[in-house]
Amino acid sequence: MDNLKEKLMKKHLLAPGHTACAGCGEALGMRMIIDAIGPNCIVANATGCSEIFTSKFPQSSWEVPWVHSLFENAAGVASGIEAAYKAKGRTDVKTVAIGGDGATADIGMGVISGMFERGHNILYVCLDNEAYMNTGIQRSSLTPFKAHTTTSPSGKVSLGNPTRKKDLMAIALAHRVGYVASCSLANPIDLEKKVKKAVEHKGPSFIHFHAPCPLGWAFESDQTVNIAKLAVNTGLFPVLEYENGELIKVAKIKKVPVDDYLKLQKRYRHLFKTDEGKEFIKGIQAIADANIEKFGLAK
Amino acid sequence: MSKVVIRPGIIVQPGTSKENKTGSWRNYAPKFDKEKCIACGQCETYCPESIVYGDKEHKFDADLDYCKGCGICAQVCPTKCIEMVLEVR
Amino acid sequence: MAKEFIEGSMAVAEGAALCRPDVISAYPITPQTHIVEDLAQFVADGKLSCEFVNTESEFGAASVVLGAQCAGARAYTATTSQGLILMSEVLFNVAGMRLPLVMCVANRSLSAPLSIWTDHQDIVTLRDSGFIIMFAEDAQEALDLHMIAYKVAEDKRVQLPVMINIDGFLITHTFEPVDVPEQAEVDKFLKPYVPFQALDPKNPYTMGAFTEPAYHMDVRYAMHKANVDSASVIEEVSAEFEKHFGRAAGGLVQGYKLDDAETVLVAFGSITGLLEEAVDAMREKGQKVGVLKIKTYRPFPFEAVKKALAGKKRVIVLDRAMSGGFGEILGAEIRSALYGVSGQPAIDGYIYGLGGRDIFIEDVEKLVADPNPGTHNGDWIGVRHDILEEA
Repeated sequence: MDNLKEKLMKKHLLAPGHTACAGCGEALGMRMIIDAIGPNCIVANATGCSEIFTSKFPQSSWEVPWVHSLFENAAGVASGIEAAYKAKGRTDVKTVAIGGDGATADIGMGVISGMFERGHNILYVCLDNEAYMNTGIQRSSLTPFKAHTTTSPSGKVSLGNPTRKKDLMAIALAHRVGYVASCSLANPIDLEKKVKKAVEHKGPSFIHFHAPCPLGWAFESDQTVNIAKLAVNTGLFPVLEYENGELIKVAKIKKVPVDDYLKLQKRYRHLFKTDEGKEFIKGIQAIADANIEKFGLAK
Repeated sequence: MSKVVIRPGIIVQPGTSKENKTGSWRNYAPKFDKEKCIACGQCETYCPESIVYGDKEHKFDADLDYCKGCGICAQVCPTKCIEMVLEVR
Repeated sequence: MAKEFIEGSMAVAEGAALCRPDVISAYPITPQTHIVEDLAQFVADGKLSCEFVNTESEFGAASVVLGAQCAGARAYTATTSQGLILMSEVLFNVAGMRLPLVMCVANRSLSAPLSIWTDHQDIVTLRDSGFIIMFAEDAQEALDLHMIAYKVAEDKRVQLPVMINIDGFLITHTFEPVDVPEQAEVDKFLKPYVPFQALDPKNPYTMGAFTEPAYHMDVRYAMHKANVDSASVIEEVSAEFEKHFGRAAGGLVQGYKLDDAETVLVAFGSITGLLEEAVDAMREKGQKVGVLKIKTYRPFPFEAVKKALAGKKRVIVLDRAMSGGFGEILGAEIRSALYGVSGQPAIDGYIYGLGGRDIFIEDVEKLVADPNPGTHNGDWIGVRHDILEEA
C-alpha cells in the first residue's frame, strides 16, 4: 500500500507536515501558486501565518529555496535576490515575494512600492486572509467593511471594522506594474494560468489571492472552497486580469446576494442581530453591486 | 526525528516537515467509497495538506499520516463519495 | 604609488569598489551622501560593474543587501544616524542570519533635536546587533578597512557582518592624501566571495526559519561566540594587510606613547588624532600621557584593554554618545574590563562633543589636570548651564 501511495502521490513544492490550521485557504492557495511557478524559483516570504506554518526549525515545508527575514521587507529582500542573480548573469531563476494582507497593504507597503517602481523582475503575491491572523485576528487595511476582528470588534456602539478594503490592484496599477491579477480557490485552473503568466512577465507582476481563513472568519473547516466561491459570486472579490494597465479579463459570476456569503461566517454574525446591522448588510451589498457594475461581472 | 544541527544562517533542509505527522490533529477521517469515485481529482486539487492521491485505476485516497480532517475533500466531491467518519482512538 | 588628494567619502567609495561588490543598495542621508554619489558615478562610468539599487528608504536598502547576501552576492551599503536606526531591524537580522555584509556608517547624532553633525550615538545604539564594529581614524584607514572587513566577515570562522565607522564630516568631507591601491593588489589580498550557503534552486535550502525556545538561545549563542572569537581573525587579517600593503590598519586596539604613560586617554573615532596632539603637547611639559585607541568596538577587546591599561595610574575615557538615564557607554565598558584586575587604575569617564560640538587640546589638558582622579563618572564636558531653563 505504501508503495502505491508513494507512486500515486504527486510531488508538490510545499510538503505536508506544515502546521496550518485544518482547512486553511492560505496553505491551499500557496501550494497551488508555488506548484504553478515551478522549482526554478527563489521565494522571499514575509512574517505571518504562511511563514510560521512552513518553517518551524529544524523543519521546512519548502521544496524551493526560501528565505524569511522580517514582516515588512519581503519585497526588499526579493529585490536584493533578483539584483544578485542579475549580477551573476543568471536571469533564468524567478524571484517571488509572498506576504499576507497586513505585510502587503500595511507594514510593507513602502518597500513594495519601491520594488514596483524600480521595475525588478519579481512576482509579488499577496495572500489576503483579511486580517492579522497569525497574531490573533486583528484588523488590517484589507479587512472588509463591518467584519468583526479582535481590534475592530462588534460591541454596543460599534459594529465591526469601519473601513473598506484598500484597493491593492489599483495601487499596483498606479506603479505601471505590467501584469496585475486577482485569483481565487473558486477557479484553480484560472489561478494556475495567471501565476504562470505573472512569473513569465518581464518586470514586476502582482497577484492578489483571496485566502479564506476558517479560524479568523469563523466558519467550518470544510467550507473553505465554498466560501471562496461565494466571495467571487457575490461580487465582493472580483477576479480580474490586467495587462499593461488594461483590464483584459474578468471572471463572470452567477450572482448571489451577499447574505449567502456573510451568514456562513461568524465574523459577520453581529450584523444579522440588529436593524442597524441589517442596514450595514445593505451597505455591503452596495459594495458588491458597485464591483459588478464597475467590472462588468454579471453574465 | 533526524539529528538537529544548527548551522549559521538557521539553514533547514527542504521538505523536512514531512517528519511532522499532523494526522494526530484529526477528529474525523475521510473514508473514500472507491465504487462511487469517478477519479475526477477534485479532492486532490483542494487538499490543503497535498496528501490526497489516486488515479483512474486505483481511485482516490488520503494519507492519514498527515490528514487533519478538515473535510474539504468531502465537500468538493461531486459524487459525494467521501464520508467524514469520527475516529475513536 | 603617488598618493591622491581626495575626499574621505571618495576614499570610502574607492575602498568599497576595490572589493568588487556584486550589489550596492543605499538611500541618501547627510553626511553619507558623497559615498553613494561616488559609487553611483563609478557604476555610471563603467568603472565598477555591479547592480546599484536606489531604494525608497534605508530600511529598504538594508533589506536589499540582506536579500543579495542570502543569494550569495557580496553586497555593500552605507548610511548614518536616522538611516542606521531605520535599518536596525534588518541589521539585527543580517547578523542573526550570519550574512557577511560590509557597510560604512558615517557617524552622526540622533534626533531630537535634529542635528546633522557627528557623534557616536548612532553606532552605540547598534552595538548589540551582533555586527563586528570597527572604527577608522582617517580617510586612508577608512579605505583600508573595507578590504580587511570583507576578509574578516567572509572568513568561515566568522561569517558575521561588519560596520566600518567614520566620523561624519570630519572624515567624510575632509580632503586628505590617500594611497588608493591597484585592483590587482587588492585581488591578491581579497579573494572572490564563496558563500557558506546561498539561495539556489540547485540546492533548495530554507533560510531564516523561526525557532522555539528549544533552539533560539543556541543560535544566539553561536552568533555571540563567533563575534567574540572573531578577535583573533581581525588581528590575523590586519597583520596580513600590513604585510601585503606595507601600512597598518584595523586591529583591535592601538596605543600611542603608552609604554611609560601614567595617564591614558581612551576613545574611538577621529578624536584619537586630536588626543595624540594633546599627548605630544603635554609630554613637552613633562606629563607622562598616552592614548589607547579602540579600533574594534565589537568584539569588545577585553584582553587588549586589560593588557594596555592594567598597572596605569589613571585612565580617562571619552564618550561621544550617552546612555539616557545611565550616562557613559564606552566608559562603563572600560570599567567593566578593568574591574578587579591587579593594578586597576583610577578611571574617569566623560561625555563630549555631542552633535558635532568641537573639543580642543586645552579641554583634554584640563581633564588630565583634574586633581581628583577616579571621581568622574560620565560627566558632561562643556554643557551650557547658563542658557538651560531647568525645572
